[in-house]
Amino acid sequence: MNPSNFIARHVAALPKSGIRDFFELVAKLKGQDVISLGVGEPDFVTPWHIREAAIYALEKGKTYYTSNLGLIELRRAIAKYVEEHFGVSYRPEDQVIVTVGVSEALDLACRAFINPGDKVMFHQPCYVSYSPSVVLAHGTAIAVPTYAKDNFALTAEALRAAWQPGARMLMLNLPCNPTGGTCSREQLEKIAEFCREKDLLVLTDEIYSELTFEGTHTSIASLPGMAERTIFLHGFSKAFAMTGWRIGYACGPAALIDAMMKVHQYSMLCASIIAQEAALEALLRGWDSVLKMREQYHRRRDLIVRRFNEIGLKCHSPRGSFYAFPDVSVTGLTEKDFATNLLTQQKVAVVPGIAFGENGKGHVRACFATSYEQLIVACDRIEKFVSGVRR
Amino acid sequence: MNPVLKLLLEGGSLTTAQMAQVAGLSVAQVEQHLEQLKKDKIFLGWHPVLDLSREAGAAAAVRAVIEVKVTPERGGGFNRLAERIARFDEVESCYLMSGGFDLLVFVHEPSLQKVAAFVSERLSTIEGVLSTSTHFMLRCYKEQGFLLDGGEAPTTRLNVAP
Repeated sequence: MNPSNFIARHVAALPKSGIRDFFELVAKLKGQDVISLGVGEPDFVTPWHIREAAIYALEKGKTYYTSNLGLIELRRAIAKYVEEHFGVSYRPEDQVIVTVGVSEALDLACRAFINPGDKVMFHQPCYVSYSPSVVLAHGTAIAVPTYAKDNFALTAEALRAAWQPGARMLMLNLPCNPTGGTCSREQLEKIAEFCREKDLLVLTDEIYSELTFEGTHTSIASLPGMAERTIFLHGFSKAFAMTGWRIGYACGPAALIDAMMKVHQYSMLCASIIAQEAALEALLRGWDSVLKMREQYHRRRDLIVRRFNEIGLKCHSPRGSFYAFPDVSVTGLTEKDFATNLLTQQKVAVVPGIAFGENGKGHVRACFATSYEQLIVACDRIEKFVSGVRR
Repeated sequence: MNPVLKLLLEGGSLTTAQMAQVAGLSVAQVEQHLEQLKKDKIFLGWHPVLDLSREAGAAAAVRAVIEVKVTPERGGGFNRLAERIARFDEVESCYLMSGGFDLLVFVHEPSLQKVAAFVSERLSTIEGVLSTSTHFMLRCYKEQGFLLDGGEAPTTRLNVAP
């Protein structure tokens, strides 16, 4: 008997994340002096006042289930925060749902809105979960390429070129992991127009929005006529350095949030109450910490982008997120060989761009959520590696 | 704001070479900025933050906080007396306070007797000092932003993550 026969066909066919392979490779070098720029999370630990609020909640015996949608106090705080920072108003009573990270919100949306065979567009290179989430919901994922020449902004032209009849949904992640790409308001307006024209529902994952270094972040949900066809996804992981708490949320039209709630209620039931209490504290009093962290990321970004370009690896300055996405093709190596050789020879871990989709070819992702000291040494090692390869 | 001052305010302990890298300046430029900050009396100097309770070779030390009441003077207020007290080598820091006393003086001495001698023979005998109240520090938990018991546990952040 082969146990693998029990695995559903669509799961068996799903490739494992390319990041996983690389993780194994790095794990083998345990104990060696590896500097990792391969992470996808802040190096800051969650600010103490947020952790303390969680401890207090535990002491007060807050150990029960919450409402399926999440604590009403938290939903109120979320609605206020989203209105103030993104300019979209949602009713905390029925237009906000608290989820186990944005990842759960993404999964809920896919399961609630995709019929088998429906087509879902997403821009690529992108976070590793988008396409698999669609496939797991029996949809078909259609990649829309973004390019280095546009600083990896999504363009309406690329959308139009990739569009196919039967497309129902568009997933956005701006600023984008892994490219740091964002869209200007004008670009977003054109995308919005396209979505209205093609009657697309928009899932917008704005987890990196607070880490926008230049200009102001615009949410597509705030554009005229878009709130009614947009699910706004956000969470606490990146801005508040709360990755391990697994806490996020979705906001949208009541009927759509209700549909997501149905899936949530039969699967996750509710997000952890401790994480919800901590999230509430983050929204009420955490903004100063966010600004402090953002200022440091900003300087780190300037440092790493400058160094990459000095080294000869062409790198656009990401307007948001904590990722640099340099072009390594000048070395004559594939992104995979570049990452592997850099790791074994110079002990610096970066993630090959191919892990984020076909369009990530020729690039690597380097996360600058690490200390100045480490970044400086990492860049020096990369320089040594590149000059060695070129010789 | 002076870019070097910005980095100093972050509280890290970067070398001038590292500061140059982060701020995108040359080492000479960073040093120039530091010089300027010194000239402007904004940057007063470096000071290591140490936990000597872990160093067996370090001589025992006593730290105390002294609340001092003084008589303000026409013209200078508290300044002349405060500056005079601040000049003693024993004094680490000296502040003018609001509330029930006037000056708060931090002292650092090898022994309790030395602190006692400083208070009774030097401080309280100054003309204009009305009274002193000395508190000895028993244990330190956080020093100038550093937690003494190591703070955070070593990071368990994964090396590669999506």
